[in-house]
Amino acid sequence: MVDFDERIPIYLQIMDLIKKKIIKGDLKGGDKLSSVRELAVELKVNPNTVQRVYQELEREGIIVIVRGTGAFVVSDEKKLKEIKESLAGERIKNFIKEMKEINLSKEDLDLLLSKYWEEVN
Amino acid sequence: MGVLEIKGLYKYYGKKCALKNVNLTGDFGEIVGLFGPNGSGKTTLLKLIVGFLRPSSGSIRVDGKDIDHNTRAIVSFLPDNNLLPSWMTIKDAFNFYKDFFPGFEEKRFKDLIDYFNLSMNRKVKELSKGEQEKVCLSLTISRKAKIYLLDEPLGGIDPASRERILTGILKNYREDSLMIISTHLISDVESIADRVIFISQGEILLNEKTEKIREEKKMSVDELFRKTF
Repeated sequence: MVDFDERIPIYLQIMDLIKKKIIKGDLKGGDKLSSVRELAVELKVNPNTVQRVYQELEREGIIVIVRGTGAFVVSDEKKLKEIKESLAGERIKNFIKEMKEINLSKEDLDLLLSKYWEEVN
Repeated sequence: MGVLEIKGLYKYYGKKCALKNVNLTGDFGEIVGLFGPNGSGKTTLLKLIVGFLRPSSGSIRVDGKDIDHNTRAIVSFLPDNNLLPSWMTIKDAFNFYKDFFPGFEEKRFKDLIDYFNLSMNRKVKELSKGEQEKVCLSLTISRKAKIYLLDEPLGGIDPASRERILTGILKNYREDSLMIISTHLISDVESIADRVIFISQGEILLNEKTEKIREEKKMSVDELFRKTF
């Protein structure tokens, strides 16, 4: 069961959820997504919200909807990279803002990033 | 045109005004959360839509028609107090509904009873309050209707069962119907509602899409509710 942040539009959160699954490889190109109803029941959200998620994902070129058959993840390496970068982008921007607030320069950050990258790995 | 259209609706109980100039529409494929404190007029509004009460003035149209016995057949109402006679078994209640309401979906009902871990031969008087509510909910959503009105379907139900009930509702929700769920506990149903209506002292204070509230106000429906009341 997913806990949604009720202050953020739920369709955006479900979009992120699916994008993450694609990046992690849990969903691969050509895979079929759950039906709108199934996913709504699984996530305990309104079916129209899931409907919107699928429409937006199709608009972004991440899935294709085949009428009467279902929604499928596209097989496109370039798209995958795009999703990865856009998911990371927002978080990195916020992170940089916070670091600037405590007066860290780009050089400081580069060093610290390398240091902690090792530590986390 | 919406399946539900309410215009300039007033309801008085004697001199007390229970509903004041209510204007509302509802469409097929919508799940609407009706929120308000106790005594705000939620139940009165639902009873007017079913036809258990008559408006003092104004109009209610269901599927384009004025309220009468024909519209009652397509409005399925779950009252907030249990009305099943205590001598009945679940099977008796099921038979009663099946005889009374054409198009009552047996399989749907039996699946729901299984899903709620109940069995058809249990007696109503031996069921807990929560179990009785589950039976009533199953009866209500197994009817074939165009409008489902659920009055506090989660009242008196423990948190673990709540999830099960919400899932039961979502699984059985029909796109060719309108569902209105009244509650004073918004957090329970805010993720499944398309739209919320806040009602206070008989007046509608807000009627808005839930995603729009999150998008524009950066607030959960629950937060907005607390701020409004």
